Amino acid sequence: MSHNQSAAQGAVKAFHPRVQEAINNPQIRANFRKAMDGLMDKRLAAFPQDDELQQLRDLAAAIRLRALSKLPELLERLEANLTANGVKVHWAENGDQACQIILDICQQKNAKSVIKGKSMVSEEMELNHYLEKHNIEALESDLGEYIVQLAEETPSHIIMPAIHKNTDQISDLMHDKTGTKRSRDVEYLTAEARQQLRERFEKADIGVSGVNFAVAETGTLCLVENEGNGRLTTTVPPVHIAVTGIEKVVENLEDVTPLLSLLTRSATGQHITTYFNMISSPRKEGELDGPEEVHLVLVDSGRSNIYQDDELLDTLRCIRCGACMNHCPVYTRIGGHAYGYTYPGPIGKILMPHLAGLDDAKDLPSASSLCGACGEVCPVRIPIPKLLVRLREEAVAGDSQHNDSGVKGRGSKRSTSESLIWKSWAGMHKSGGLYRAGTGAATVFRALMPNKIGAWTKCRTAPKLAASTLHQQVKARGKNGGES
Amino acid sequence: MSARDAILNRLRNRRDGELTAPVSDFSVVEAKQWSVSDRVDLFQQKIESVHAEVHRVSQTDWLDKLKALVQAKGLNNLLVPQKAQVGVDIRQQWSDDLPELLSYGQPIEGWKAELFSGVDGAVTDVRSAIAETGSLVLWPDNDQPRLMSLVPPVHFAIVDADQLKNTFHEVIRSEGWVNQGMPTNALLISGPSKTADIEQTLAYGVHGPKELIVLIRQ
Amino acid sequence: MSSIKLYPPKPEKVYFFGTCLVDMFYPDAGMAGIQLLEREGIEVIFPQDQTCCGQPAYTSGFHDQAREVAAAQLTLFPQDYPVVLPSGSCAGMMREHYPELFTGQPEEALAKNVANRVYELTEFLMHVCHIRLEDKGEPVKVAMHTSCSARREMGLGDVGPALLGQLDNVELVEQARIKECCGFGGAFSVRHPEISEAMVTDKVEAIDATGADSMITSDCGCMMNITGAAEHMKKDFKGEHIASFLWRRCHES
Repeated sequence: MSHNQSAAQGAVKAFHPRVQEAINNPQIRANFRKAMDGLMDKRLAAFPQDDELQQLRDLAAAIRLRALSKLPELLERLEANLTANGVKVHWAENGDQACQIILDICQQKNAKSVIKGKSMVSEEMELNHYLEKHNIEALESDLGEYIVQLAEETPSHIIMPAIHKNTDQISDLMHDKTGTKRSRDVEYLTAEARQQLRERFEKADIGVSGVNFAVAETGTLCLVENEGNGRLTTTVPPVHIAVTGIEKVVENLEDVTPLLSLLTRSATGQHITTYFNMISSPRKEGELDGPEEVHLVLVDSGRSNIYQDDELLDTLRCIRCGACMNHCPVYTRIGGHAYGYTYPGPIGKILMPHLAGLDDAKDLPSASSLCGACGEVCPVRIPIPKLLVRLREEAVAGDSQHNDSGVKGRGSKRSTSESLIWKSWAGMHKSGGLYRAGTGAATVFRALMPNKIGAWTKCRTAPKLAASTLHQQVKARGKNGGES
Repeated sequence: MSARDAILNRLRNRRDGELTAPVSDFSVVEAKQWSVSDRVDLFQQKIESVHAEVHRVSQTDWLDKLKALVQAKGLNNLLVPQKAQVGVDIRQQWSDDLPELLSYGQPIEGWKAELFSGVDGAVTDVRSAIAETGSLVLWPDNDQPRLMSLVPPVHFAIVDADQLKNTFHEVIRSEGWVNQGMPTNALLISGPSKTADIEQTLAYGVHGPKELIVLIRQ
Repeated sequence: MSSIKLYPPKPEKVYFFGTCLVDMFYPDAGMAGIQLLEREGIEVIFPQDQTCCGQPAYTSGFHDQAREVAAAQLTLFPQDYPVVLPSGSCAGMMREHYPELFTGQPEEALAKNVANRVYELTEFLMHVCHIRLEDKGEPVKVAMHTSCSARREMGLGDVGPALLGQLDNVELVEQARIKECCGFGGAFSVRHPEISEAMVTDKVEAIDATGADSMITSDCGCMMNITGAAEHMKKDFKGEHIASFLWRRCHES
């Protein structure tokens, strides 16, 4: 996909070892368990009336589907309105192109330092590394992102980037990297970070932010945040560059109201965030602050490919609240880094295979028990479990009806041995006679799991085959079912 | 082909064909209506729940309250609008023994360092306010620029009770935002700046104001 | 996921689909299910040609093979009787996924027809049979684990506890994080054994902490997983399928 592909591939090869490492790390287990339990409780408390929640989800899903149903028109309308407002709009096929566009603007402005508000798309395209390679400093200003950057890590959660660290770890990190005193006082640590970052805001040449919703009707970029770093990023430096995926567009201004309500409540249980920042133009004549230039970079990176398929399309409804990961029993156990990709958790499992290719991300769709907790809380009703099953099918090219799906890396996980197992399984199970003949199922079960039973019995006793099958017991009674 | 055209072409020539838009039923949003007095109560409850300080005042005593708060908080100065009525009123009735009044009288480039480190508090009015979420609605302008409600550590917002609307949706609709055209920047502010990025522990004032003080004039 | 279902009056006959796990490992649960239905005055038909709903291949991505096996099952229910399964997971496969699996296939109409009359056993006992249970057993403390499929796909989170609530001498205790998955997930448990182990270990600890004598569940996959891990961890509680448990409680002397 981009210059970071090799890094991602490296990560995926190490999926199981990474998982093992995370699971064996009591600190990671404890930090995530505590955080996820808290977030689940907060979300529950934020939706006291279930019928309101369900109606809001219906509405939000409809709004996102409406936007997707008109996506090319809305993108053009967004571009036309932003341009009329004085915002420059750029289009990028992939992360590399987007990085290049941003670098070009930086170089034109002779910029040396970029301050960043939180943006997952910029993480996706590894913008910080790209700018630093070209001798432009990129500094994260969201406190969580700042911590992660100090630690030379990547976010482990899309909403709370430093959720994998506890206070002691952050205190040590800030002490080592910035010279603050070691302290368990979060107020103190936060105040120190404020001071460190304020100086940088004053001096930054360019601010880079993400976008939560881009409103086509008015040409407005909406940002949701609590800290105020997003407002500073988009107001203080003389140039603001917003970067976003092409799917973030909504049709009308009023469409953002239910989406905003669901986003903040689903994410952290807040009825609203501290700031909802709507930007429609650069500084106008007579205005005393705000950037002189505003740019929007629209990034595709595989999204238009997802768009081709009626079922996979639902992936693009996502509003990035993170509720799916907060409620995921797998994410809770392994944390965000073990996935090895920008977007962890259930949304990552259905999005990354498209962005990186299934050949690269082949372990992601199977790393789910399909428990459905993600789909149950998704504010825009993305059927995540269904999409996981679809991607499992794509990975092994297991449905001849989807041979022209165009999913990158389709069939890359198909192995002759597993195909053979399922073919013989099907042969045995489509005939009642054959099934019963070898006490059918038991034989097949053993054949199917020859090397896998070890994985099962490592932490469980082996299941014991019954002395006679239900088929045999029913037949022995001689009532209905005695004859087939 | 440009990236733009290539992307739009792929979206237009969608393999599974044209999509139809489902109906969006906003009734769940529109159903949220409260009486005028309930709106004030709800607004106060919501914005206090996110750490804002609320004082109910009258049209005649609000300035006394403001003066008392500014003194009680030990502020050395206060950034006040020049043209907005709240600013005019404050300037008219201020006295020399009170903290110095400042003006956002020039582009930010001319006094960035001073604004960032030398201003203790700021006063703004609001365009409207939202009961459902306890939010202030601001459209910053030449008189009350964007950084006024963001950079100083204490933000005083003066709200008239009759400015309270039920929901954000109602604000957009009833004020005709789309038809009149959006300003450079429109804002909802709900509480002081905060973060929970260190082990989900709330801390205030991480980047913006540490205190948000709302005077509701009834 | 599932829309609100209107339940029909109690029929004279039903088909019983035992599921492959019950067939191989827990036939007693199947027999108990059949007997509970018969106790309600229903004639139970067990098609001998039944094998598996196809879910293992389906969730592994081998949809062509899942479809072949599922198509064979579709032919087993020619009369318009309900199809009852002692498993939320397999019932979910038939009710929720068969229609999609056969979209555009010759079996599409048949798949929809069968899907519309599929019921999970406890759902059927409670909402169609309106079963009344009389407890004849000694006092006992149990915890209930409802499978994720039963809870989320089939919307049956309240059914198991409600049935257990009819038993006077049964104290139902609630384990921490009761809605969380036990980590079975079919092939997931062997494809990602580290994660599955972490999940089932937590689940066993949570159930054990309640002091329950047994763990009751309506899905044999969860039961195999949880009781297998509990035995390995040398915990005292036993596992039992809800059908076996209900039948036993009503017939103990």
